[in-house]
Amino acid sequence: MTAIYFLTLACLVVAGYFIAAKRAQSLRAGPGGALHSLPTYHGLLAAVALIVPMILVFAIGTPLVKQLATSSVFNFFPPEIANDPLQRGVVLRDVSNLLDGRHQGDPSAALRDAAASYAGIFTTGRLAVLGIGTALGLLALFLVLSRISSTFRARNYFERFVIAVLILCALVAILTTIGIVFSVVWETYRFFFDPSLKGRPSVSEFLFGTEWNPQAALRADQGDIKTAFGFIPLLTGTLLITFIAILVAGPLGLFSAIYLSEYATPRFRAWAKPVLEILAGVPTVVLGFFAALTVAPYIRGWGESFGLDVASESALAAGLVMGMMIIPFISSLSDDVINAVPQSLRDGAYALGATKSETIKKVILPAALPGIVSAFMLAISRAIGETMIVVMAAGLAANLTFNPLEAVTTITVQIKTILVGDQEFDSAKTLAAFALGFVLFFVTLVLNIIAQQIVRRYREQYD
Amino acid sequence: MDMTTQGIPTAKPYVPPQLASATKVVARNVNVHYGDKHAIQNVSVDIPDQAVMAFIGPSGCGKSTFLRCINRMNDTIPICRVTGKIEIDSKDIYDPSLDVVQLRARVGMVFQKPNPFPKSIFENVAYGPRIHGLARNKTDLDEIVTTSLEKAGLFKEVKDRLADSGTSLSGGQQQRLCIARAIAVSPDIILMDEPCSALDPIATARIEELIDELRSNFCIIIVTHSMQQAARVSQRTAFFHLGVLVEEGETEAIFTNPREERTRDYITGRFG
Repeated sequence: MTAIYFLTLACLVVAGYFIAAKRAQSLRAGPGGALHSLPTYHGLLAAVALIVPMILVFAIGTPLVKQLATSSVFNFFPPEIANDPLQRGVVLRDVSNLLDGRHQGDPSAALRDAAASYAGIFTTGRLAVLGIGTALGLLALFLVLSRISSTFRARNYFERFVIAVLILCALVAILTTIGIVFSVVWETYRFFFDPSLKGRPSVSEFLFGTEWNPQAALRADQGDIKTAFGFIPLLTGTLLITFIAILVAGPLGLFSAIYLSEYATPRFRAWAKPVLEILAGVPTVVLGFFAALTVAPYIRGWGESFGLDVASESALAAGLVMGMMIIPFISSLSDDVINAVPQSLRDGAYALGATKSETIKKVILPAALPGIVSAFMLAISRAIGETMIVVMAAGLAANLTFNPLEAVTTITVQIKTILVGDQEFDSAKTLAAFALGFVLFFVTLVLNIIAQQIVRRYREQYD
Repeated sequence: MDMTTQGIPTAKPYVPPQLASATKVVARNVNVHYGDKHAIQNVSVDIPDQAVMAFIGPSGCGKSTFLRCINRMNDTIPICRVTGKIEIDSKDIYDPSLDVVQLRARVGMVFQKPNPFPKSIFENVAYGPRIHGLARNKTDLDEIVTTSLEKAGLFKEVKDRLADSGTSLSGGQQQRLCIARAIAVSPDIILMDEPCSALDPIATARIEELIDELRSNFCIIIVTHSMQQAARVSQRTAFFHLGVLVEEGETEAIFTNPREERTRDYITGRFG
């Protein structure tokens, strides 16, 4: 039925377009002469007039029909079945199986009647949707056709429609963001303030607690559950690994960007830059086992040869590999912004007798600073949000430490650990994931705001 | 008669003119190649000190390219090759032992589009003295910046906002800032590559006045599209066409009584 609906729509649109365009075209030849809008715009407007009501009718009508058909099923069953969500599900599955011919055993009379009613309403309803949609579409088309004249401003109307579509697209993205934020905020609120939640921490316990052990909350008889949701070790773990990653990627990325944009021959740059960017395309799970199986044992062996005590999963291993991962973000973006610095600034510095390195240090890097800072911010955001490498290489132990040779865990890893597997959604443990998500979101937001302030203060605008 | 050897036409022997002041720059048989393009062919010219010399000619005639040979800015273009001899104060500037950084400290340059650094007005002027270590302390540096801005006729307008960004100035002020920046390293020669082409007539008049004032202390070489400008500001003029120096002499003579047919056609507006 869906296929028929859209086939009808397509045929009508094509027909409507050509009829309207043709009619406008014929006006052009006749008295009155010049058209306000090109015939194409009359055609496009006719097409839009068909598409909008037909899509709307389909989008509203189809779920409505399904709803009506479903509710009709329960007229044939006692109300206690209709009111029990579990039994409702069973009945609906039976109806659907019966209609598909997959029902096993002999169906009851009530079930058979219900299925017949469902099928009847469903078919009639979809036909009605098709009928109403087509009728409304044709009505709109007729309205447009009746208004076509040499002064009809079809172009203006069509362009208004285009603007509406663009606004709609922007709204979808914005509303999605708002929706996600609200859902996270709401679940976080429940985590802290829902009185029915067992073992929930207070806000200050969460933010300043130094012990993280979400499992304890489920087993209230063991240990002190109040300290189980201390968030500090996760924060320090996240910051430690991110710091190591930036320590690796910052200099390597920035210096390779300077080399690529200022010193390398165009031929070298043409193949070196894509190769660097491939690094960004390596799946993080591959980097993760590289970290866990290659880098971590190497660091351990190296540490032991110095007599250091190195955990087999260490923040250093995860940080190093994460640093490798974010090098291309820094190098590629910085290279782009350095290249965007106008040649005239370089010429100006050279003409004053500046050497290449003086020009880079004093003129090019300051001018490119806003872009370089945003490259770093993007890289840091990636590092903070990265999960897979840390899961595999840094471990799950929530140690409160700044020693890069110990195992640590991060916010993202704990979110993943909490939500993996079958979980009761209403426990403090699962809701903790939302609280962590909220904090993560907040930390990233604060970092972005700080970065924007830095950029604003040190910005050297060259245009 | 012109003969060709290895694709490069040999020049007529160059007879140096009698200059009113000392000769600052001497160029003999300068050739520039951009890849396969022979952009400058056998240019020989003497450029006087404490005077303004104008290079005129239609677009793409090589006048800017030749200008950029004098401070070796063409070095920054990989495919560019310069042959021949250019001497400043009788020293070959293409001598391998010469440090291009020191050359450029002596030969300042002002570009077509004002290109102040995205820094404060003070920092723009202080940049050159800083990298060449010309100021021993902060007082010295202040002194250099102030006098340079004064010489460029900009100090009065900006003295209360030296900390503002150089890019916040108007186009004409930006160009004078660039001139101040060039003056600050106390060069002997200032090259100007169409310095007024991005400016309005009032700002242009201001720059032309400035050029006239600066003439007594510097050797100024200006590339210009405007023949009126060349006539107004310069004492000597060289006319370039298709990479060749067609004619060169006293500005007045060039504009009133050119020797060559092509020069006459150009200055009377028959082409270009």
